[in-house]
Amino acid sequence: MTRSTPKATRHINQNEGLIFEKSSPGKAAWRLPPLDVPEVDASKLLGSAERKDLGHMPEVSEIEIIRHFTRLSTWNYAIDLGMYPLGSCTMKYNPRVNEVVARFDGLANAHPYQPERISQGALSIMKTLSDCLTEITGMDAITLQPAAGAHGELTGLLMVRAYHQSKGSPRKKILIPDSAHGTNPATAAMVGYAVENLKSNAQGMVDIAALQAQMNEHVAALMLTNPNTLGIFEQEIHKIADIMHAKGGLLYMDGANMNALVGKVRPGDFGVDLMHLNLHKTFSTPHGGGGPGSGPVAIKRILEPFLPAPVVITKDDGTLGFEYNRPHSVGRVRAFYGNFGMFVRALAYTLANGPDGLRQTTEDAVLNANYIRKGLEGVYDLPYSTPTMHEVVFSDKLQARKGVKTMDIAKRLIDYGFHPYTTAFPLIVPGALMIEPTESESKEEMDLFIQALKSIADEVQEDPQMVLDAPHSTRVSRLDEVTAARKPILRWKPELS
Amino acid sequence: MRYLPKSPADREAILKAIGARSIDDLFAPIPAEYRLERDLTVPRQMAESEIMDWFRERSRENGEGYATFLGAGAYHHYRPVIIDSLISRGEFLTAYTPYQAEISQGTLQSIFEFQTMICELTGMEVANASMYDGSTAAAEAVMMAVRLTGRRSVVIGRSVHPEYREVLETYAHHQSLPLNTVTFSDSGRLDLKDLEQSISQETACVLIQSPNFFGSIEDVAAVAEIAHQQGAMLVVSIAEAVSLGIIEPPRQADVISMEAQSFGVPLGFGGPYCGVIATREQFVRQMPGRLVGQTTDKNGKRGFVLTLATREQHIRREKATSNICTNQALVALMVNIFMTVYGKTGLRELAKQNLAKTAYAAGQFGKHARVLFPGARFNEFVLQTSEDPYAINSRLLGHKIVGGLPLKKFYPELGNAALWCCTELSTRTVIDTAAGVVSEGKGSLRSENEIDVQEVVR
Repeated sequence: MTRSTPKATRHINQNEGLIFEKSSPGKAAWRLPPLDVPEVDASKLLGSAERKDLGHMPEVSEIEIIRHFTRLSTWNYAIDLGMYPLGSCTMKYNPRVNEVVARFDGLANAHPYQPERISQGALSIMKTLSDCLTEITGMDAITLQPAAGAHGELTGLLMVRAYHQSKGSPRKKILIPDSAHGTNPATAAMVGYAVENLKSNAQGMVDIAALQAQMNEHVAALMLTNPNTLGIFEQEIHKIADIMHAKGGLLYMDGANMNALVGKVRPGDFGVDLMHLNLHKTFSTPHGGGGPGSGPVAIKRILEPFLPAPVVITKDDGTLGFEYNRPHSVGRVRAFYGNFGMFVRALAYTLANGPDGLRQTTEDAVLNANYIRKGLEGVYDLPYSTPTMHEVVFSDKLQARKGVKTMDIAKRLIDYGFHPYTTAFPLIVPGALMIEPTESESKEEMDLFIQALKSIADEVQEDPQMVLDAPHSTRVSRLDEVTAARKPILRWKPELS
Repeated sequence: MRYLPKSPADREAILKAIGARSIDDLFAPIPAEYRLERDLTVPRQMAESEIMDWFRERSRENGEGYATFLGAGAYHHYRPVIIDSLISRGEFLTAYTPYQAEISQGTLQSIFEFQTMICELTGMEVANASMYDGSTAAAEAVMMAVRLTGRRSVVIGRSVHPEYREVLETYAHHQSLPLNTVTFSDSGRLDLKDLEQSISQETACVLIQSPNFFGSIEDVAAVAEIAHQQGAMLVVSIAEAVSLGIIEPPRQADVISMEAQSFGVPLGFGGPYCGVIATREQFVRQMPGRLVGQTTDKNGKRGFVLTLATREQHIRREKATSNICTNQALVALMVNIFMTVYGKTGLRELAKQNLAKTAYAAGQFGKHARVLFPGARFNEFVLQTSEDPYAINSRLLGHKIVGGLPLKKFYPELGNAALWCCTELSTRTVIDTAAGVVSEGKGSLRSENEIDVQEVVR
């Protein structure tokens, strides 16, 4: 590195090969207990269905496995190492008590089909979480079944469709603002709806006149992220809801950015008919390198008949149970009941916070985003000056003059010990730097982050090539993604080593 | 609040720096009439020790310490302890999707190894980084076949997991894809005659499960031949991954959709689990979900990246192969570690123990009741009794044993039948006890009023 940096992490640069390259016949990391029933002759039982060979599956010892994955882990950045300011991803602290309680024997080893009589604990967790989430969102009912945010969107739009169908016609279109996540249009297509783009106005909000003009009886719903992906609260939300409802449409809220609202305002109070939550964002369940998530969908009473089956109910005798007889249900979106392990974690987070903690969390998240905005305004171009909620979006306009783009700045940020922000999204901001600090960052960490981005802005002026070549401190430098896509190598083969 | 790293003075300093008088200024964009001026009605803030107590209590109410004969898409196998040691490392646990490859090589390389092992086990050429679970993977695999063939009708075996079929119905319904269900024969396997009659030139694919819902191994080659003759694809769902240790994989399939929960993932009351889709190289561009590929960096060093992203929603939006974004990465890592621990020799031995326990149990239960569907099976079997299976299960609960899954709800035509599962964790003692309890009801005419019949089936 050419400059002194206030905070830099170095990845341990060990040469750890693929596990297959460590394998040799006769090594083993397993041992089974002696069989307490008679041995069987597999070929006799299975005939031609018997498998004789497991190909290139590895043969390694336990210490090799521990070292292998531990070394691999050191090549990852993580929240536990530092700030992870990915916009709209809400990379907040993942409390460890959540992990411990999710592993309690009766919860971790519960079979989904075990009798309800001995499932009261799990049902009670689902019921309590459902109650908390409906209160937090200001909605009337909820399904916990969807496995992730996009799956929640799918479930939500299936309910939208069923609702309209019950009124005679499923309608044809979904309106989606141009600032929306890619999952929104992809989901609409999966449910058989045409997607109609809705332009944002100069303030980065829904253009009310355009919405008014585009809304008609063919539109089933508007999918709105609020605050939107610019981190801006839709200040005319009541008008938006009114326009949708006046023509019989529904207002769907993508709850990806709910971390800006919890305890301060409830979507159910400002006209939202249904919304999904991302437990792996707002409710602190770990991202785990890309999942598991959980995407509950909270709804208003009018949509209740269409909830996926089963739903948790309190039975006459006061015990909890599942209700399967739901004639108007959209059906099942997943086997069993959803990502239950994530329900446990999300509820543990909610209990750790309570009403005061949840409110303080939201306030800190918004405070932090505004602090970063203040610290970097003028250094980076701010395309929308509308007030910021939980995330702020800059552009690379000033740096692009030197040929340095948002992705280059992001890669250089790695050298300063930070994970990059979200690059090049939302699409309505060319060269976007989308920054969401969350509540989990201290003032000190944010000061370091601001200092790092200021320093990079200076570097762009003094030595743009150095920024273009970043990162300089990682185990691998920038990888050839073009060749990876043109000639895909998607698995190891012996001849590759 | 103990997760928040700011002192009141820090907050004051930040407010001052940004030129706000109070935190309320920052929430001014929210119209006043909607702002919540009260506390949320959620439980009060709890200490960590209280949270532990609360969940420990829920755990106690939740069948702690019961032995189980339940399978049906969720299997109780031993989980080597190093799985949790390794996935608990913050670098895996608290990382995001590996979009920034330079600082995500750990996750990326482990996914590449996962994809490789899934290919080895399934006999397919490519596998993705994971799907939500087996049910959604099956539905997405069918959608993939619909795109690849340009045909719109789907044939599905009634011996496929009933909840997988329900999920497919949900996905297919609003795309107006007609579903034809093919029945099973007396052998518990797909009725090939019915299949021949149900399939046509309009059929995009045939979806079967093997081992099927009853634990029986389907004749994949015969099904493949019938499907391929009509130009339809064959999608095979595998719900019990451990079977791959000793059962020949469905190599004749065009797409395999899997539930990998058996590979080191806790039962966890149904999730999170780990779906996967594997297929042939020629179909990869219609595959949903993330893929990791090998490449090199500027210095020629081997590295890994997410690739072929032009199939995905963040690039293609409404034209994407699926809306899937977040998948099951950490669960896939559990699966990866499990596959590495057991490896080439252990998976076979593990599968063999499952086979032996199940053969023993079928023998023991068969003395007092009828084991349906002869022929090759893995670790599940259907037991038909004279007594209502709920009654049997109710008595078993008294022995801290959860009996087989009563099938009345899903397959009323099978009468008093239940699906029993044994794994390497089923002990001979528990099997013998359960067989004894089944025998108590043999030929008995005890009415249901006399015993506490507990509704078990969902």
